[in-house]
Amino acid sequence: MNETIILDDTDRRILRQFQAAPDLGTADLAGRAGVTPATCWRRLERMQACGVILAQEAVIDWAALGYAVEVSLRVTLDKTQPRAFDEFLAHAREIPEVLELQTFIGRVDVRLSLIARDMRHYQQLYRDRILVLPHIADIEALMHIARVKSDEALPV
Amino acid sequence: MIELDAIDRRLLRALAGDATQSAGALGRRFGLSQPAAWRRIRRMQDGGVIRGRRLRLDAAALGFGVTVFLGVKLARKGQVSLEDFERAVSAIPEVQTVEHVLGMYDYRLRVVARDLADFERVLRRRIMALPGAGDVDANVLLSEERRPGPIG
Repeated sequence: MNETIILDDTDRRILRQFQAAPDLGTADLAGRAGVTPATCWRRLERMQACGVILAQEAVIDWAALGYAVEVSLRVTLDKTQPRAFDEFLAHAREIPEVLELQTFIGRVDVRLSLIARDMRHYQQLYRDRILVLPHIADIEALMHIARVKSDEALPV
Repeated sequence: MIELDAIDRRLLRALAGDATQSAGALGRRFGLSQPAAWRRIRRMQDGGVIRGRRLRLDAAALGFGVTVFLGVKLARKGQVSLEDFERAVSAIPEVQTVEHVLGMYDYRLRVVARDLADFERVLRRRIMALPGAGDVDANVLLSEERRPGPIG
């Protein structure tokens, strides 16, 4: 699945429009991309079948569910421990408030995206769930203020 | 803020995985009538819990082999307008997300590129050239996992 799939200009036009407005139905999307609905439907089917389009997901607004605090935790692990990554990640996965886990090459080894209801809840999670995670050498927090751009669109 | 019961949570989790499922299909799965499922989904949309849809594409299959998270510090604070920086950085096609943060950095960016050489081009020509961009910290993404969040 690591092979690049060749898309033509029509596919790219459809993907660009679809990324910009994922709520559109096939007919409206076809209109914006300048193709017939039948072509649009066929192209989407093909891109889904070959795995270019992985999913269409509903985006949850956690603030609307009462989670007002979002923090990016950048963790450096104790790499003298051979299983540091696996064990850290396995335990971090158990925390329901962790939304994303990423591993990196760079100064930071792992990043967790964590949500909390308020600062008190965050403090409690940080003390009781985060700081007890195994093999942490260093940890720094970036408090989320605002989401300026979040469409995650690819420049196809 | 709206309260969700156990069935709402199940619906929400299902839609977060695949938003194309119909109210009828979801209703059958969770023992609800089509109109009942539809009403619950509608309530979550109207209440802002479901913010919309997002298309998830396979970046590697489309030729984007590199994803980098950048921490950007603004230089000369006070002389640069945050709005100008935000507008300029959001206009860069390779920049997928921009978050204003508090801590060691002012902004957190998610950037895609074809390869490391392409990333270097984006970093030098686009990001370092932004009005006010100062120190930049780059971490290349190795793996990523998204969790359902506290609705399980």
